Amino acid sequence: MYIYDQFDRQIINERVAQFRDQTQRYLAGEITDEQFLPLRLQNGLYIQRLAPMLRICIPYGTLNANQLRKLADITRKYDKGYAHFSTRQNIQLNWPKLEEVPDILADLATVEMHANQTSGNCIRNFTADQFSGVAQDEVEDARPWCEILRQWSTFHPEFAFLPRKFKIAICGSKRDRAAVAFHDIGLEIIKDSAGETAFKVFVGGGLGRTPVIGSLIHDCLPKQHVISYLDAILRVYNQLGRRDNKYKARIKILVKAMGAEAFKQKVEDEWQAIKDGPMTLTQDAIDHAFSFFQPPAYEAQDAAAAQSTLDDQRLAEPRFAAWLSHNTVAHKQPGYAAVNVSLKETGVAPGDITAEQMEAVAALSEEFGFGEIRSTHEQNLVLPDVRKIDLFALWQKLDALRLASPVIGTLNDMICCPGGDYCALANAKSIPVAEAIQRRFDDLDYLYDLGEIELNISGCMNACGHHHIGHIGILGVDKKGQEFYQVSLGGSQSNDAAIGKILGPSFAQDEVPEVISKLLETYVNNRTEEERFLDTYRRIGIEPFKERVYA
Amino acid sequence: MPERIIKDGAIVEDNWQVVRELEGDLPSGNIIVPAQRWLDEKDALQARGNVAVWLASDQSPKMLGDAINGFELIAVDFPAFADGRGFSYGRELREQHGFSGELRAIGNFMRDQLAYLSRCGFNSFALQNTDLDAALNSLQNFSVHYQVSVDNPQPLFRARQG
Repeated sequence: MYIYDQFDRQIINERVAQFRDQTQRYLAGEITDEQFLPLRLQNGLYIQRLAPMLRICIPYGTLNANQLRKLADITRKYDKGYAHFSTRQNIQLNWPKLEEVPDILADLATVEMHANQTSGNCIRNFTADQFSGVAQDEVEDARPWCEILRQWSTFHPEFAFLPRKFKIAICGSKRDRAAVAFHDIGLEIIKDSAGETAFKVFVGGGLGRTPVIGSLIHDCLPKQHVISYLDAILRVYNQLGRRDNKYKARIKILVKAMGAEAFKQKVEDEWQAIKDGPMTLTQDAIDHAFSFFQPPAYEAQDAAAAQSTLDDQRLAEPRFAAWLSHNTVAHKQPGYAAVNVSLKETGVAPGDITAEQMEAVAALSEEFGFGEIRSTHEQNLVLPDVRKIDLFALWQKLDALRLASPVIGTLNDMICCPGGDYCALANAKSIPVAEAIQRRFDDLDYLYDLGEIELNISGCMNACGHHHIGHIGILGVDKKGQEFYQVSLGGSQSNDAAIGKILGPSFAQDEVPEVISKLLETYVNNRTEEERFLDTYRRIGIEPFKERVYA
Repeated sequence: MPERIIKDGAIVEDNWQVVRELEGDLPSGNIIVPAQRWLDEKDALQARGNVAVWLASDQSPKMLGDAINGFELIAVDFPAFADGRGFSYGRELREQHGFSGELRAIGNFMRDQLAYLSRCGFNSFALQNTDLDAALNSLQNFSVHYQVSVDNPQPLFRARQG
């Protein structure tokens, strides 16, 4: 993991002091609400329906045990003893007090954490594959690049008052687990013909009111130019992005209006003026970043013996067998696995975690790994380096903590925003919808038979629950003051990126589980042996689903 | 009538007057006229002297072309503090056009933007309705910076490598 040096520490401490002063001036009436808004947002603080909400940054989803313990501490000291993992790998407190936020930020700074730029019209947290560094299909570890660009974007003086928020994702594996096509900028790490690291650069993707798949504007950007090229993109956007209408202010609207080719040309023109200047990365700087992400001290494992032990345990304990096949992921290192810690226990809001669970996971990350934890955009956690011979012991402990729901990748591993229970923007509640679906489909055999299905739920058009890119998407809408739910089919966040199609008229909340049930029946009745839900949908189209649901 | 502004890190009396109108009579003394007006009345204004220009938030410095370095002062207007286009114009003027005169922020920007504005090349600030003595503190918010900018020609990743 990246470790702060004196410069990083100084910067973060100066930031805390700055926001403490701003908060005091606000409370003293020296700063208006309107002026305080961007200042607090760029420090993670929203004013929500019931209370303020503080979104704490987890840079590219990477945490260590001490940081997770500190988060547990903070939820107890300043909040109600729990927190919520977001779809951008960050963590949110739902009940902090505005006047205590500077203290929370000071506490976070002691473990090299912060809430910088987790909101507001600026460059947000970089997101990446939660299996970076351990994935078998990795081209190159995305984390060092995320760190290089985290530093570039942190308090960038030119881009703190953009037309709108700006989200960047980096994918370093063959299978895209970072949804690069749905970000303002998506970077895909590739190797050029000489075997050197380079980037494919996608721009103008996004969800929200107008979902768009990003356009490729550079198919092989040499690694040393990544900062100057991003600077050029941001400068074009900062100058030309629309500021008259917040719903048309994202870069996707600008790219669409100009056309990707014309936008690309503008970026090239800006880039030529700054390319090869001091922003050009040195090999020393790249090596320095990579030095923090070297493989940990893996032990040589007797892979065959570990496998045979696992096979025995699997036979002896079917619940473990189910967890093993759904919640663990193949690892680069022989004899090791990456483990999903499920935050999708039925009856608990997806992504929520208690202080006790945080402390327990921190301890498990040390007992069964190297003290590292990842957060995922599917709102789960990952222990990235677990020895296969330890999986059974780890499962028992996770199971006792209610963190072993064996549903990763299934319908019940849904992505879900906080919705109308918490969020001031929401049109409808989303958590009770998720729970009703989980209760309806509580038969694991049926769930497993359905296979890989991504169900994404958003409480409004802002699409924090990524409903557009779920195989099944559910969107809360307001119909004459009543909460209704629109269903879409066929979205995908992966390499075969697609935006879902709306099924038809929306449904009342209590109808949703039955609608999902009919969609699943239609799939089961039409599928061939090999097909996932998404494959069947793509083959037979939306009509059979429509007929069944609206019959 | 002189006003107080922040310039080069200190509070000073200032005699420049901002003219917002695109036509009509001009006051005497030092004036900052709209960039478009300067283009329209270039000969007369050059003959008059004591003239600077201000850019609106949708006017790139490119519109001034080669004239940029003839000005003693260029101002950038912020119609609202959330309109961040001027930050890009500042860097562009300094880094790409080599403008070395006074670069002034005018309009509805706020004290808490001084540090970033200064990093983008602004060295004078006509702040409205603000306690200037207290505002000077906001220029000192950060002593270390990650990125290249007008006040920091080497990014931190180069400084780290010594």
